[in-house]
Amino acid sequence: MSGNGNGAVVVASEIARRYGEGETAVDALRGVSVEIERARLTAVMGPSGSGKSTLMHILAGLDKPTSGTVHVAGTEITTLGDNDLTKLRREHIGFVFQFFNLLPMLTADENIRLPLTIAGEKPDAGWVEQIVRDVGLADRLKHRPSELSGGQQQRVAIARALVSQPTVLFADEPTGNLDSATGYEILELLRASVDSRGQTTVMVTHEPRAAAIADRILFLADGEIVREMRGASPHEVIAAMEELSA
Amino acid sequence: MTRFAIRGLLSRKLRTALTALAIVLGVAMISGTYVLTDSIDQAFDKIFTDIRKGSSAVITGRSAFDLSDGSGVTDPTLDEGLLGEVRELPSVAEAEGSVDSDATQLIGDDGKAVVSGGAPNLGFSIANGDSDFNPLTLVDGSWPGSNEVVVDKETAADEDFQVGETIGVQAEGPVERLRVSGIIQFSSGLTIGGATLAGLDLPTAQRLFKKVGRVDEIAVAAKPDVPDAELVREIEEILPPGAQVKTGGEQAQADSDETSEFISFLQGFLLAFGGVALFVGSFVIANSLSITIAQRTREFATLRTIGATNRQVLGSVMVEALVVGTVASIVGLFLGLLLAKGLFQLFDAVGFTLPNSGLVFEPRTIVVALAAGILVTFLASVYPGFRATMVPPIAAVREGAILPDEPLDRVRSTLAGALMTGVGVTVGVVAITTTPGNALVSALLAVLGLILTLFGCALFPSRTLGALVSCGLGFAALIYGLFVPGLGTTSVLLWMGVGVLLVFFGVARVTTRLIPSLSAFMSPIARWSVFALLVVFWPFFTLPYWLLRYGAWGPGSAGKRVLAFIAGALLNALILTIVLGMWLRKVVTRWEPEWPAEFPGVIPDRSTTRVGSENARRNPQRTASTAAALMIGLALVTLVATLAAGIIASFEGSVNDLWKTSDSDYAITAQNNFSPIPADAANAAGQAPGVVAVMNVRTGEVRAFGETIFATAVDPTARELIILKWKDGSQDVLADLGADGAFVDDGYADANDLVVGSPIELTFPDGSTERYAVRGIFDPPTGGSPFGNVTISTEAWDAKVDNPRNLYTFIAMAGDVSDANTPALEEALAEFPNSKVQTREQFIDNQISGLSSVLNILYVLLALSVIVSLFGIVNTLVLTVFERTREIGMLRAIGMTRRQVRRMIRHESVITALIGAALGIVLGIVLAALLIARVDFLVFSFPTTQVIVFVIAAVVVGIVAAIFPARRAAKLDPLQAIAYE
Repeated sequence: MSGNGNGAVVVASEIARRYGEGETAVDALRGVSVEIERARLTAVMGPSGSGKSTLMHILAGLDKPTSGTVHVAGTEITTLGDNDLTKLRREHIGFVFQFFNLLPMLTADENIRLPLTIAGEKPDAGWVEQIVRDVGLADRLKHRPSELSGGQQQRVAIARALVSQPTVLFADEPTGNLDSATGYEILELLRASVDSRGQTTVMVTHEPRAAAIADRILFLADGEIVREMRGASPHEVIAAMEELSA
Repeated sequence: MTRFAIRGLLSRKLRTALTALAIVLGVAMISGTYVLTDSIDQAFDKIFTDIRKGSSAVITGRSAFDLSDGSGVTDPTLDEGLLGEVRELPSVAEAEGSVDSDATQLIGDDGKAVVSGGAPNLGFSIANGDSDFNPLTLVDGSWPGSNEVVVDKETAADEDFQVGETIGVQAEGPVERLRVSGIIQFSSGLTIGGATLAGLDLPTAQRLFKKVGRVDEIAVAAKPDVPDAELVREIEEILPPGAQVKTGGEQAQADSDETSEFISFLQGFLLAFGGVALFVGSFVIANSLSITIAQRTREFATLRTIGATNRQVLGSVMVEALVVGTVASIVGLFLGLLLAKGLFQLFDAVGFTLPNSGLVFEPRTIVVALAAGILVTFLASVYPGFRATMVPPIAAVREGAILPDEPLDRVRSTLAGALMTGVGVTVGVVAITTTPGNALVSALLAVLGLILTLFGCALFPSRTLGALVSCGLGFAALIYGLFVPGLGTTSVLLWMGVGVLLVFFGVARVTTRLIPSLSAFMSPIARWSVFALLVVFWPFFTLPYWLLRYGAWGPGSAGKRVLAFIAGALLNALILTIVLGMWLRKVVTRWEPEWPAEFPGVIPDRSTTRVGSENARRNPQRTASTAAALMIGLALVTLVATLAAGIIASFEGSVNDLWKTSDSDYAITAQNNFSPIPADAANAAGQAPGVVAVMNVRTGEVRAFGETIFATAVDPTARELIILKWKDGSQDVLADLGADGAFVDDGYADANDLVVGSPIELTFPDGSTERYAVRGIFDPPTGGSPFGNVTISTEAWDAKVDNPRNLYTFIAMAGDVSDANTPALEEALAEFPNSKVQTREQFIDNQISGLSSVLNILYVLLALSVIVSLFGIVNTLVLTVFERTREIGMLRAIGMTRRQVRRMIRHESVITALIGAALGIVLGIVLAALLIARVDFLVFSFPTTQVIVFVIAAVVVGIVAAIFPARRAAKLDPLQAIAYE
């Protein structure tokens, strides 16, 4: 796990992202600078269209900013070619998606090991076992996604994201497709991995209750970071949101 | 609803276009066939009409029965004296006698006969170049006088014959040296592609053709105002027996009838391949439609929720299919025109030039091609359409709703399936067994029965049951058609055609059940075969590509880049042009090539192939249908290859049997290995020093027991030179045939209740009849009999047939095959350049080489259906990639490189292709074994080399089919995986 000394594993400076050209151009991000701190859970909140997803895509190397730089684990990623970016994702980045995105023909176990399989690495049996235990899937490993509940599928997805021991884990609306009880379990799981293993995590969400588990909350509006909170309760988050949209 | 359907099609352009391609190719084949054959037909008609333009009436010799071309015997000739009598008739303005021969060889400067594939070498007399009877004009020089020859423009140009030059001409006798007096062409400018023309004056022609004092025909021009019919009546009064008269128009018609027979055979033959391509196309369409309908489940459900009925949903699918079918058929129709042009060139390239006087586009071509294309598309869309109606409205609001797999009411659909199958089988059986007198009507009704049966089998709720019923019925039809005696050719062909199609359909459906295990089995094979192919092609394709791109865009010193570029350019010029194209695109547009490109690697990547093979089995029905399209093409290719291997093995076996213990050392045949050669050639060879014995086998058509059969004649020396297996009699029979002895083959004896001592009456072309006594009955070798049904002595034969010709000649020499004997024989045959001397091995090889050019044509034609199935794989993969956009995005997000994505798609493609190949090859061999079991003179021989080649071809098909879909998949943005709906 590397950082650049001051505890930040992802450093973005002055990133802007413009979609389209000329009159129809839309500025999704207008000069955002942010540092993602190591071993913390950072939540990115904002109303829809605020640019929170774009920010996450750029930090994760899935999209490129129109201007500005992004360093992940010390590497400037905005100039990297596709192959190097892919390698960077393998080593440093884990993803949890809203719609789980598991491969339907593979078992839970195979889905969890997929990043290692793709990278051609030998899985460390002890590590895989521990992750599986942590997410509570030990008895469902031989099942296929269609035989699992939504919550279980998202647990598989989290295990898959953790299996390669990424420098930073990105979660995109991880509870967006789950009922509130199951969603809460998933949030606890994410929180636990930050607390017990110091897993740096960035979560994009529009749910105040989800954001409230974060150590630090960044509020985006109209492509800019407008506010930052630390250790906020759900009520404080809701209040902050209402303030923003007012 | 119709507008909705068409708007839908437009929004799915790529998918629609890929689906349509399958139909375009099949229709193009059908329309191309019609255009090709109509064009040839027209060209021949023009040539024959031209030839008879100046003739009011034509007198020819009449054989006692119809003779086929090149059978070794010709129509009887007329006495030249008749010409004088005709000229005396009051209505006759002018009359001219002529002789002709279709084996008049021109000898090139290299001393070899000028031959072009199977094209004829025509020789004829030109009594008076300036008369109206002459359809030719001079391009250069003058009309032939004594010992002079005129040749056609094309041959003169090819062989560089000049006016004034002396060239060799050989017909029935030894080669003669004649002076080229002129160069000619048909007045109309038409050419009979590949044929050589040699025009001689009448006495020279009569001498060369051995028809001194005889003429083959007399062309007559009537006086002005005398109707042709009256002239014919006048001539008929003085006609001797064995002669006939026709008006010029009738004669032209009769001439072209012979070629029409060949053309309609060619037409049926090519149409059959077009039909196969369409059948394969129907699989591709049905599969593509099924996939798109599954992908549009939500769309249909939404339609249902806003009030569309089941019927309207079905209607919109059918309208879509009809629009696609119609557009594709129209495109195919015109592509057929291009294809016809291409086929003219293809036949030309394999040495079988066809005459051409411009492309003919008949209304019938348009009707049949469009009807076939639209009907096939329509039929292929019925089943997917019904599945679309099964989408419940609730699917609109459910995430990830899928189509219900099978109909709900099992009992009712089983009954419906059984009923429909029953009706189909009944219609089919009735259509094939009863003869309404017209083969076309039988065929159409049989197709109707087949379609009903196929739909019946598809209706069974249990796929396996339906598939087994279809397979069972198919094999029943095949076995019935093959093994029940006494069926007509049309019924046998119909039974077999219907049977094969049912088997294909059944196997395609039952394969669904086997896909999981088959794809698991094929996965390592696919991985390693792709690896092996890549290793082989690496230095020629992958490496130069990388080097060129490194040179063009790579980092590094200028020196290194220049070196890399030069090395790449030297390794593969084709790739050089591709990279230059990329460079041009970069200059002209804002496109940026991706760099650095991956260094070309070939080591198989277990992780991607793992996901790829899972993909191949996750939707067995889809993989099965895709593989089935390839299976059909490969089954037919394998069938052909296995039959060919059987023919070759049997032929070698039988020649070896015949020669094993005999004294024969050499064989003499025509340069093209199959044309009968003049008897003089063998006589000349017999004069060579060291010749111990010569055995000639003559051949020709005769009539016996009311049918026209091939008869042969053999020299007494056959006793030593050829060994037969006698059922009744001994080798001595061969030597003791005399003037009235004959021997027959086993099958013919059984069919006509002949035993040794039975009389057998043969009618010869000149109308005379002779009685022979059966002296022996032999058992022909499995590879085909060296003799016709009835064989008499050459002595008896020559008494009945003018200008007898040999099919082949065997020669025994002192000292067997030796370095001295071969040139001695060749020297003796110097005057007969159209003959060649061969040892036993050469004889076998040459006889087989004729088969291989036929095989090549078959392979090219069957390649079309393989190409259709290749598009089927492309289509399925593109649809699949589209469907799995999000999944591929996720894989990219969690660390899959673009190359890994491409490999994953390629692996799925190769597995599908290999499954198709495995099924096709097995099926092809089973079908071939059935056929071989039926045909007495064939033995089964496994075509090992060909099967290996076919498997490699299948892997290549898989790799090629994956190129485009894999590129699309690799280009997908990983953002797609996490983007919201």
